[in-house]
Amino acid sequence: MRFGVLVFPGSNCDVDAYHAVRDVLGHDAEYVWHRAADLGRFDCVILPGGFSYGDYLRPGAIARFSPVMRAVGEFAAAGGLVLGICNGFQILCEAGLLPGALRRNDDLTFHCEMVHLRVENDRTPFTRECGAGRVLAIPIAHGDGNYYVDPDTLARMEARGQIVFRYCTPDGRVEPEANPNGSVGNVAGVCNERGNVLGMMPHPERAVEALLGSADGLCLFHSLLAAGAGALT
Amino acid sequence: MRDQDRAGAHGRGTSSVSTAQIATAPRWEQVGLTEDEYRRIVELLGREPNDLELGLYGVMWSEHCSYKSSRVHLKRLPTEGARVLVGPGENAGVLDIGDGLAIAVREESHNHPSAIEPYQGAATGVGGILRDIFTMGARPIALLDSLRFGPLEPGPAPRGTLSPVAADGLDSPGTDEARAARNRYLVGGVVKGISDYGNCVGVPTVGGEIYFEECYNENPLVNVMCVGLIPKDKIVRGRAEGVGNPVFLVGAKTGRDGIHGASLLASQEFTAAAEEMRPAVQVGDPFMEKLLIEACLELMQGDAVAGVNDLGAAGLTSSCSETASRAGNGIEIDVALVPRREEGMTPYEVMLSESQERMLVIARQGREAEVEAVFEKWGLEAARIGRVTGDGRLRVLENDRVVADVPARTLADAAPAYDRPQRRPADLDELWAFDFATVPDVGAAGAMMDCVAPGAAVDCGAALRRVLASPNVASRAWAYRQYDHMVRTSTVLVPGAGDASVLRVRGTRKGVALATDGNGRFCRLDPFAGAAMAVAEAARNVACAGARPIGLTNCLNFASPERPEVMWQFRQVIEGMRAACLALDIPVTGGNVSFYNETMGRGVYPTPVIGMVGLLEDLEKRMTPGFKRAGDAVAVLGPLTADPATLAGSEYLRVVHGHVAGRPAIDLELEARLQRVLLAAIEAGLLASAHDCSEGGLAVTLAECCFAAADGARGAVLDLPAPAGPPGAGGSGGFGAAGGGSDWRCDALLFGEAPSRVVVSLPEEKLPALADLARGHGVPIERVGRVGGDRLVVTVNGRALVDESTADLESVWREALPCLMGARP
Repeated sequence: MRFGVLVFPGSNCDVDAYHAVRDVLGHDAEYVWHRAADLGRFDCVILPGGFSYGDYLRPGAIARFSPVMRAVGEFAAAGGLVLGICNGFQILCEAGLLPGALRRNDDLTFHCEMVHLRVENDRTPFTRECGAGRVLAIPIAHGDGNYYVDPDTLARMEARGQIVFRYCTPDGRVEPEANPNGSVGNVAGVCNERGNVLGMMPHPERAVEALLGSADGLCLFHSLLAAGAGALT
Repeated sequence: MRDQDRAGAHGRGTSSVSTAQIATAPRWEQVGLTEDEYRRIVELLGREPNDLELGLYGVMWSEHCSYKSSRVHLKRLPTEGARVLVGPGENAGVLDIGDGLAIAVREESHNHPSAIEPYQGAATGVGGILRDIFTMGARPIALLDSLRFGPLEPGPAPRGTLSPVAADGLDSPGTDEARAARNRYLVGGVVKGISDYGNCVGVPTVGGEIYFEECYNENPLVNVMCVGLIPKDKIVRGRAEGVGNPVFLVGAKTGRDGIHGASLLASQEFTAAAEEMRPAVQVGDPFMEKLLIEACLELMQGDAVAGVNDLGAAGLTSSCSETASRAGNGIEIDVALVPRREEGMTPYEVMLSESQERMLVIARQGREAEVEAVFEKWGLEAARIGRVTGDGRLRVLENDRVVADVPARTLADAAPAYDRPQRRPADLDELWAFDFATVPDVGAAGAMMDCVAPGAAVDCGAALRRVLASPNVASRAWAYRQYDHMVRTSTVLVPGAGDASVLRVRGTRKGVALATDGNGRFCRLDPFAGAAMAVAEAARNVACAGARPIGLTNCLNFASPERPEVMWQFRQVIEGMRAACLALDIPVTGGNVSFYNETMGRGVYPTPVIGMVGLLEDLEKRMTPGFKRAGDAVAVLGPLTADPATLAGSEYLRVVHGHVAGRPAIDLELEARLQRVLLAAIEAGLLASAHDCSEGGLAVTLAECCFAAADGARGAVLDLPAPAGPPGAGGSGGFGAAGGGSDWRCDALLFGEAPSRVVVSLPEEKLPALADLARGHGVPIERVGRVGGDRLVVTVNGRALVDESTADLESVWREALPCLMGARP
């Protein structure tokens, strides 16, 4: 399976996503510069974390206009798998490929820490190997991860299974105390209606080796590989 | 060693001086030089310098850039070792870690700008230290920050030490609510500045320290350390090699920001007008820095570059004169070719600007297009502003007109060096003679046992909670949670997880362990011992993670060198560092001196901050502080002592009794043996945990071992052996393996801060092997108890002194700092 890892000038988790796919999982990965116009050769495109163009205005607000984002839109429309992590999630929201917006964390400070996520929907190509209701330990590192959509949209998304991950306690309870940033409904990750575009604030690529504290993020990548294999057969 | 507060180095400029003063002041005073220094310049040039030339000397010969008060002393530090590939004098030190790889390391202060504008001051400190590392061709892999502030809460000054410049008779006035509020503002701003800059550039901030003390009220310290990884054969020097080679200025445009920064901000003490210097603080752009890192490293992959230097303090002036001087060449530049942020800038302003995120690149002739292509790819400006010459001169042109023409070497390396007068502070004898019998010992709650010195006993559990809640001991998670410490997915021991932070080195089995340490209070009480203890503790921290210390860098933060007491402290600190480096066989790879951390007669404690680099040959053997298994034995490696003298400068003495007094001491030979035993024990797989015993003493160390413990091991039952006879009443020694004082105290046993001690846990059956190892090296070892339960229970000679729930103690320790900062825990 071929992964493309987008590189905006201010991306800084591009190397981590590349490392996870290539060195840990042993699959093909290729960096894609932000001026690229074609993503057709990939099975999955990852928008990594970082500060795409400095993000001084608002995370992702400028990145949505970059040449490669037009290609991401076409790739997604053709059914390609798109995973946006952290800044990648912010960009996908800004670009309209996912509903909602990411505001400043409610305590106005950056949070870098291990959190727990509950898998709310394991029928997506990103979570089919994760197990519904399973609790994953995956780190966050963001200042703007406070997810918001209006209540009606949230209800519709819930009904359609678009809420993929929620912040929870280590034993799987979705409580306010487990919410690190004020996200509505403890939402940590969402997908589009079609289910081929996922955005999440936590960093699964930082949780693929026990040496670094958790390998729980592997199930996302295994899901993608399974989905890719399915699509290819 | 040369270094600089990136404050903005700058000619003590005309901006802060009224026109009338300029008219009357001698020329040399206008640029912050003395009459003798001016005469020396005239002698070197063989003529009077013009105004621009004088300005260049003013900056380059400032304390900040020239180290004129410290150079003669810094020569005492040992700088050689088998692993040292690049020592002091370059942009960063470089240490060989084998496998064809090397570690670049550097630490710098950004104190003065942070005092005035904490957010930008700290942010640009991070930017500056990063540039020092990637200038060498190294990929920055970690940042650490060592911070000092005044107290976060109002309160009286401690009894004992006064201002370190107490010879003037100025007492520290304590901290009122307005000052405490300002301190909280400074802490919040500095932490956010580090967070926003470091997080954006994508270099993990993996560790550091924060301490609070009255003496930093007006003068906070912000010391930033950066570590980079580089193939040994790819090291790039800051040299203007190759006559005729083109000189490029790359990165941000040049503006008027930071002019008159360093020599004004960082080369004299603050006065009441410090607030007005805010415009002299530069503004950082981490996105620009990120582009600069990637572009420079991409360019340095090839061989189109002959030399690279960052633009820090003194901007173009220092980078041109230093690169030229190092190579024995000259540089000619045309300021008209420098891309400007604003119109109408004079050559003086262009040469002295400290605009951030700029680099000087000396390309090889004929390879200009390659350089331009890389910067074009990253959307950066690369302006060709001059060339390397063979005449050794820094020649500055404005279009066709020569506006300055001086030997580059005289700017970079010919500043005078002063051996300033030294005088031992008069109050040291009084501090050393402090009678510990004047403060009460601790006892068990409700049981007024014989553990009582004059006065009522202090409840021991309450004392432990007080110390755990001190911002100098409490959890730092509030700060490091704001730093991305995981990006680049190599941080194996994150902040809070170990005595040192540990990063893996991909493609090898190795790890790099990093720690910073420096106890200003100890150095105030005894600068020699305090500095030696800082080196020893930083090394011990790294060793507790299982790594062998291989080199250190440092920031030396002091008040005005023009005070003989401060100069005496400085010399003593250098001697203490030297003694510890020699005893522990650790070379110094570079460092930074920041003087004039002083405001209206009140200065900081002498505060050397040591940045230690350790190497783990096998990452799998890394060690952590938390207890691992119920039933494991707990032992103290190193002297177990109840000697009252070990309360000197302790956190307990400060927070429970309000005193800063006594005389700290260290036995460096014992320290060296202890670290050998520790590393050998870890190597042999004997230990389950190891935790350095430092601030807060044994009681806090044991509590922290419980906080960090694995499930099921979050408690311990310990019985500390004490000397025979009651405390405080002339007991007879015979204290464990270490021997005791004749005048022992429970609080010294629990809260004393004697160095050279590590709390370890291990399976009971491995204890004999550890004991043999320790005895073989002449290091005391005492089994003190067993891991188990969910409480910390400490008895002394069988009598309970501490019996607290680990969860309760942990919440005290965890919530203190966010609570003081008004944040969510």
